[in-house]
Amino acid sequence: MLYALVGNPNCGKTTIFNALTGLRQKVANYPGVTVEKKVGECISQHGQKMRLIDLPGSYSLNARSPDEAVMRDVLLGRQAGTPRPDRVICVLDASNLERNLYLATQVIELGLPTILALNMMDVAQARGLRVDGAALSRELGVPVVECQASTGTGILPLKLAMSQADLPPSLWKQPSLPDTVTAQLASCRNVLCEIGAIDARSSMLEPLYLINDHDPTHYGIAGEHVQHIRASRERVESLAPGWEQSFIRGRYDAIGKIVTSVVSKVAIQGKTATDRLDALLLHPLFGIVGLGLVLTLLGYMMFTVAEGPMGWIEGVFGSLAEWVKSHMPEGDVRDLITDGVIAGVSGVVVFLPQILILFFFVGIMEDTGYMARVAFIVDRVMSWVGLNGKAFLPILSSHACAVPGIMATRSIDSPKDRLVTILVAPLAACSARIPVYSLLIATLMPSSEVPPLTKSAIFVALYATGLGGAFFFAWLFKGIVMRGASSPMVLEMPAYKLPSWRSILLHLWERAWVFLRRAGSVIVGITILIWAASTYPKTAGASSSENLANSFAGRAGHLIEPIIKPLGYDWKIGIGLIGSFAARELFVGTMGVVYAVESEDDDLSPLRDRLREEKWPVGAPVYTPAVCLSLLVFYVFAMQCMSTLAVTRRETNSWKWPLFQLGYLSLAAYTLAFLAYQVGLRLCA
Amino acid sequence: MPSLPTLAELPVGKSSTIASVRDSGPSVIRLQELGLVPGTQVTMVRRAPLGEPIEIEVRGSRLAMRNHEAVYFTVEAELK
Repeated sequence: MLYALVGNPNCGKTTIFNALTGLRQKVANYPGVTVEKKVGECISQHGQKMRLIDLPGSYSLNARSPDEAVMRDVLLGRQAGTPRPDRVICVLDASNLERNLYLATQVIELGLPTILALNMMDVAQARGLRVDGAALSRELGVPVVECQASTGTGILPLKLAMSQADLPPSLWKQPSLPDTVTAQLASCRNVLCEIGAIDARSSMLEPLYLINDHDPTHYGIAGEHVQHIRASRERVESLAPGWEQSFIRGRYDAIGKIVTSVVSKVAIQGKTATDRLDALLLHPLFGIVGLGLVLTLLGYMMFTVAEGPMGWIEGVFGSLAEWVKSHMPEGDVRDLITDGVIAGVSGVVVFLPQILILFFFVGIMEDTGYMARVAFIVDRVMSWVGLNGKAFLPILSSHACAVPGIMATRSIDSPKDRLVTILVAPLAACSARIPVYSLLIATLMPSSEVPPLTKSAIFVALYATGLGGAFFFAWLFKGIVMRGASSPMVLEMPAYKLPSWRSILLHLWERAWVFLRRAGSVIVGITILIWAASTYPKTAGASSSENLANSFAGRAGHLIEPIIKPLGYDWKIGIGLIGSFAARELFVGTMGVVYAVESEDDDLSPLRDRLREEKWPVGAPVYTPAVCLSLLVFYVFAMQCMSTLAVTRRETNSWKWPLFQLGYLSLAAYTLAFLAYQVGLRLCA
Repeated sequence: MPSLPTLAELPVGKSSTIASVRDSGPSVIRLQELGLVPGTQVTMVRRAPLGEPIEIEVRGSRLAMRNHEAVYFTVEAELK
C-alpha cells in the first residue's frame, strides 16, 4: 500500500511524516529536477508494511513551481519512476481551513481514497476557532482525524484510519465548468491521448491541470506535447474567457458552505502571539535591528565558532597524512594518498561545520516562521536587482562559504530567481578569500608605513566589490539574459511556532549526507587531478620548488604567461592561479612552494617579504602596487572553487550552468583585473 | 462612475471586500487560488518599511505581495 502525503506549505505535513515513519525514510531527487523525493515506511495496525511518499507542500494542483508540478504528476501517476499512490493523506491546517480545503477538494476529485488529517488544532483554538472534525467528515464523506503533530496527538488514530481495509468514497462534488470548457477539455484529452502525452485511462482532470500549468516547459512534459497543450489552453480561453476565475470562485463558494457548518468562532480574540511578535519583529526600526542581531549571530557562528571544528578536521586529516608518511615507503603512491586522496577528502569534510551551522539556523528560521519575515523585510531592496526577499539569506551565507549558500537556494520557489541566485553567489567574499586578500594587502602595503585602518578599508572595499558584482550580475541576468515576466512575490506569513527539533535535525542530517556523497566525489577527483598536474613529470634530484616549475602545472604557468602578462603577472603567478583553481585559498600555499618559502603556521610575513623582493629578469619588481591591485580584483571575481562548481552542478542538475558560471566569472575576473592593472599603472606612474 | 480603489491603496488596519479582479495572468490566478476571490473580506495588516511588500489577511491567512500584484484587485470603497 502506497500512501501519498500532501498539504499546503506550513501545515505541519513534514512533522506528521516524521512522526509516522521515524527514521525509516530515504531522500533522493526526482529525475531531472531538483525536487526532493522523500519516501518512508510505517507498519499498519495489522502488522503490514505501508509505504509513504511525502510530496512537496503545494497550494494547488494548478502547478506554479517544479515542486507543485511534481506533486501533481505523482498524484496523476505521470511521474516517471514513481508509481501512482493507492491512497492519499491530505494534511489540513485547522486554523486556516478554507484555503487548505482548496487543495484538499482538488485532491479528493482525483478519485484516490483520501484521509484528511486536521492538524494544528491548538493554533485554531488559540485563534478562537472551534473546528469540528466529525462535521467535516460528514460534509465530505471521507475520514477526518484531528491531530496536533507537534505533540504527537492524533498520530495513532491516523495510523488506525490508514489501516482500514476500505475507505468510503467522498460526497464532494466538483464545482461545475461551462459546457464549452468541458467539451474542449474532452477534445484536448483525445489529442493528448493520441500523441501519447497522457494515458488512455486518465480522467478529464489530467488535461485540466496540464493546460492550467502556465509554464509547462519546465515540468517534465515532452517538448512536442507542449504545443498541443498551449493550443488547447488558448482555445478554452477564447471560448470561455475568465472560466478559470469562475472555477476558483465556484470552489471557494462550495468550501465556504462547508466551513460555516464545521467552524464556529468561539470568541473574538484580542491580539494573538503572532500579532504581538510581528509588531516587534516587523517594526520599521526594531525589526531591522532584530534582523541585524540574528545575522550577526549567524555570522559569528559561521566565521568564528565554525573555525574550531574546521581546525580539528584539518588537524585530524593532517595527522593522518603524517601517519601515512611515516609508515609508508617514500614514493608516488604515498604522495597520491597524502597529497591527493587525504587532502581531497579533508577539503570536502572541512565544509561540514559551516554547512551544519547554516542549515541549523535556516531550519530554525523556517520552522518558526521567521524566515518569511526576513524575506518580507528585505524584499524591497532585493527587488532593485530583480530578485526577491528569499534570495537574501543564500547570498548572505555565501560570505562564509558559497557551498552552503547555494544549497540554501532551495527555499526560492521561482526557478529563474533560484538560478540567478546560484550563479551570482560565488561573488560574495567567502572565507577562503581572506588568506589571499591578507597576503596581497600585506604585500601591497608594508605594515610599518600604512595605518591598519587603511588595510581594513581595503578589506571592506573588496567585500563591497564582490557584493556589488553579485547584484550587478543578478540585475544583468534577470534583465537581459533571462527576460520574461518577472516572477511574482507571493509569500505566506505563517503563524509563529516553536521549532520541531526532530525535523530540523533530520533535515540537517540529510543535507550533510547529500553534500558529502554528491559534491564530495567531484571535489576529491579534481583535487587528485591538480595534485598530479603539479607533481608530474618528476625532475630527478630537484627541490620541490624546481619540481613544481617543471611539472605540468609549471609548464602551464609558462604557457599562459602571454595571456596573463597584460594583467601584470609572470609565469610564477600563473602557477599560483592554476594551483588555486580547485580552491582559491591554495594560492598562498602554492606561492609558498613556488618561492620555496618555509613558513610556520599562518604567519604570512616570510612569504610577503619574499614577494616584495621578487624581480622580473630585467630587474623591475614583480609585485608592484598595480599587480597587487590586479590580483586582488582577480580573486574578487574569479571562480576559483571546485566545490562551488560541484554544488552548482548538483543543484541545477546540469553541467551547463556550472560551466556558464565558470565562464562568465573568469571573463569578468580577467577583464576587470586587466582594467585594474592598467589604471594602477597610470596612477602609480 | 468613479473607479474603485485597488487593494494596494487600502490603508493599514482597514478592511474591505474584493470587488473585482482585473487580470488573469498566472500570478493573479494564484492569488485567487489563495482565496482572493470577489466577495472576500481582506484586511491590510502592514506595509514593509519601504512601502512594499504589503501584508494582508484573507480567510484567516496572512499573505505578503508587492503592490504590482495588489493593483489587480479592486476593493469596495466603503472601509470597515
